Amino acid sequence: MSTPKRRMRDAFLQVIKDRMGAESDIFFLTGDFGSPVLDGVRRDFADRFLNVGIAEQNLVNVATGLALEGYRVIAYAIAPFITMRCLEQIRINLAILSQVRPMNVTLVGVGAGYSYEVSGPTHQALEDMALMRALPNIGVWSPADAATAAAMANRALDTPGVRYVRLDSHPLPDLGPAPTPQELQCGFRLSGTTGAAAALVSTGYLSHLAAGVRDELEAGGLPVLTVDMMDLAHADMTELTTVLAPCRNILTMEEGFIGCGGMDALLMLHATPRLPKAKWAHAGLQPHYHFEIGPRDALLAAQGISRSALAARMIELINR
Amino acid sequence: MTSAHQHSGSLRELAARFRADTLRIHAQAPETRVASSLSAVEIYTCLFYGGLLRHNPANPRDPARDRLIVSKGHGSISLYPILADRGFFSPEELARVCRPGTFLGGIPDPIIPGYETVNGSLGHGPGVGTGMAIALQRQGSDRRVVVVVGDGELHEGAVWEALLFAAQQKLNNLILIVDDNGRCMMDYTSHVVDLAPLPDKLRAFGWSVEEVNGHDVDALCATLRRSMECSFPGPRAVITHTIKGKGAPALEDDPLCHVRTLTPGEVEELTGGAP
Repeated sequence: MSTPKRRMRDAFLQVIKDRMGAESDIFFLTGDFGSPVLDGVRRDFADRFLNVGIAEQNLVNVATGLALEGYRVIAYAIAPFITMRCLEQIRINLAILSQVRPMNVTLVGVGAGYSYEVSGPTHQALEDMALMRALPNIGVWSPADAATAAAMANRALDTPGVRYVRLDSHPLPDLGPAPTPQELQCGFRLSGTTGAAAALVSTGYLSHLAAGVRDELEAGGLPVLTVDMMDLAHADMTELTTVLAPCRNILTMEEGFIGCGGMDALLMLHATPRLPKAKWAHAGLQPHYHFEIGPRDALLAAQGISRSALAARMIELINR
Repeated sequence: MTSAHQHSGSLRELAARFRADTLRIHAQAPETRVASSLSAVEIYTCLFYGGLLRHNPANPRDPARDRLIVSKGHGSISLYPILADRGFFSPEELARVCRPGTFLGGIPDPIIPGYETVNGSLGHGPGVGTGMAIALQRQGSDRRVVVVVGDGELHEGAVWEALLFAAQQKLNNLILIVDDNGRCMMDYTSHVVDLAPLPDKLRAFGWSVEEVNGHDVDALCATLRRSMECSFPGPRAVITHTIKGKGAPALEDDPLCHVRTLTPGEVEELTGGAP
């Protein structure tokens, strides 16, 4: 039974709005990017809401200044712009400075992967996971559904530090119940068959596709464990490798460039050496920009990322 | 908390002393950017000894302090002897600048007591200072945020994003001091990207603007105070006309002085050799 589709941003922002009423140290900044829930924030909390305009460098710098004076800051914009237009501001004033000066800043980017499928490469976030992962002291949170996004909003407000939250722009059904605090702490959540010899490790939108691939393989008699990676920087990789220990065939799936430092790099560095008996395959986007217009699933399928293609790839991996 | 009138000697004498100290630091640590640091000696002297910047060496992050962001970080080696003299750290540390294990690097970081932010990568200070000023204003604080930038730094686009936004927010607690020494690294700024007429540009962006000779401590102090205390309902800028490499003729005359290193002999000649 699929749950109603919801936008991650609405769920995330609703939590922020709800808490701003009682917690006077939350400040919201936007880079001229809105949402219906945000209209309520700027109406009800005008003293702690600012639109800095189309100026992501200043967005991050102003967020830093507010955070140094004790505010917990949410900075909100389109995903490629809040990560790449202002990469040096994030590096200098969040990654480096937060190592010596405590702060709580959450960068919220909307438009993960091919979310903006008709806007072309400028608006698609295909490098953001790798770039943010490259920066020490920055969390990289990648929810797959609105329930997870809401849980992450609470976690962001309750946890000192700096993180980038990568939200999909499309309404999506919830993958399952909201992740527990323990799952958020570990940075991943499991579904499917624990102890299976085959595993799919995915993040964001592709965790929905992974569930479909799992269903297809299990319908054919192959038990599959699915792992939804929520934290791409600080996940508990010791715990993850323990969970994956029975697996002999592991296929990773991400909506970002493959081999460039994204989720595949996290697993190759921390999981692959600890699981010497496992065979691995990595599905992602080839490092090449595409100017074709969506739909999103067609863009992904053109790169071998579809339910049938990935199910076949798992079978191929098992038979290798 | 002090506004620091408690100094012996005039501001002019203090500035001369800190200029000599800066040259001596450079002699032992030639990696430091001495020319850019010499142009700002009087700016830092006035802030810390002219009763302009509330600070607390015993608690550098005292909430009651005014915030100083030295955005042109590498051009602030001249602030090291001032911070040591004020008591932020031991003067003995000045003998260890750029040595292994010290916290006093060639480009200062916020591990140094007295520094607020990461500096030296240019163009960040105005935006971070804007965020601080917004916070202080909304928290009802009467503390000020002072940001020191170089004129070459104004080539960075992020500076102008911040200038626009600070004016939009009417941040009358934000003071921008421009160390207008006329040179970036490779040439005169006017030859690279001419900023003139800078006062008009800043005014057009919504800032009040004062200009002053940045090496005349009395005029500089008076101008900074007037700018800080004026009733203008927005951010204020003080453009200090300075000379890059001030006090070292070999630097003053060299458009490439930013990367010039003085020899120990040259420093000894300029400082009279006294430690």
